[in-house]
Amino acid sequence: MKAKIRKIVTFVEETSTEMGRKVDPPTRRAAAVAVIENPYAGQYVEDLSELMTIGEELGELLTQRAVAALGIAGPSAESYGKAAAVGENGELEHAAAILHPKLGTPVRRVLGKGAALIPSSKKRGGLGVVLDIPLGHKDAAFVRSHFDGMEVRISDAPRANEIMVAIAVTDSGRPLPRVGGLSKDQIKGEDGLR
Amino acid sequence: MPEVQIRKRLLLVEEIFHEGGPVADKPQRRAAALAVIWNPYAGRYVEKIEDFMDDLKPLGLEMAWSLVAVLGGDPKAVEGYGKGAIVGSAGELEHGALWHVPGGYAMRDVLGGAKAIVASTKKVGGPGTRLDIPITHINASYVRSHFDAMEVGITDAPRADELLLALVMTTGARVHARVGGLKASEIKGEDGLR
Repeated sequence: MKAKIRKIVTFVEETSTEMGRKVDPPTRRAAAVAVIENPYAGQYVEDLSELMTIGEELGELLTQRAVAALGIAGPSAESYGKAAAVGENGELEHAAAILHPKLGTPVRRVLGKGAALIPSSKKRGGLGVVLDIPLGHKDAAFVRSHFDGMEVRISDAPRANEIMVAIAVTDSGRPLPRVGGLSKDQIKGEDGLR
Repeated sequence: MPEVQIRKRLLLVEEIFHEGGPVADKPQRRAAALAVIWNPYAGRYVEKIEDFMDDLKPLGLEMAWSLVAVLGGDPKAVEGYGKGAIVGSAGELEHGALWHVPGGYAMRDVLGGAKAIVASTKKVGGPGTRLDIPITHINASYVRSHFDAMEVGITDAPRADELLLALVMTTGARVHARVGGLKASEIKGEDGLR
């Protein structure tokens, strides 16, 4: 593996009531976050291909971790998202190199399908920075009940020469969704949008 | 007796490979189980609250077992532990103290009669409050390599009338422990201290 991983943190969140009303079945989402060394920290490097390869590795590893944390088979996942936070000696473009060129393919391999764009966010920040990972349905981006976000944070990361890479996967939408729009049973699944 | 109403749970697992030094043969793993429950005493002074500790016992056991499960399933793999609580703004610090018995004894039971006192902390705070949960060796509080802490929190909890309860377990020493003191191999195991 090219990525030099310092730590991996997984989060599983389960919501079983909201405003005193039962959420049945509970909504569940998981995030797997890797803290890796930034090979380009402190210097301008034109060719970012090493980070693209690292993105491909982490796409597979973190999706598997997130799905395992939920205890479901990949194809049972409903929504997904990705995010990265670059430590202060790196560039925002380093997050882009990890997230965009190659990370998606292994994510979709693990989850079976995934016609929709994987929603993403990125930032540069210090230790304990908060990452809000956007979430959307994996097969149809317009499914309104699955527009969501998951916050993750690791108190000792990213250090200056590190990057924090996160993938979130759910087996459900928001608790008690009721703002209309396309529902998951109406998905055509042809264009990744509806 | 008031019912234990759970709004959400969060399970988080950290796997630490290194912290700038040599990569560990066996990564250190730390896990935290958090539950957000309704505080039956929020908003008023209630004199007699002790009985709620009994109501919390099944939740304590469930959370303790969930930690053993995510750390590999074998209670013998667990070497450190700690606990904590955050009381929402309509409650009092004393409500957090209700967690000592059901949280602490649940972990000791599950770990086969661990001898050391379970290190703990508590506070009153709003949603997103962070809590640094102290960690010590399960059989001898003075084992220096196992003094540790894990930061936990949930963005949307505790609300004013909620309690956030937490248990933490770890599989070993700090990843590069090297400041001497009592070693885990030197434990006498008689008094829970050394």
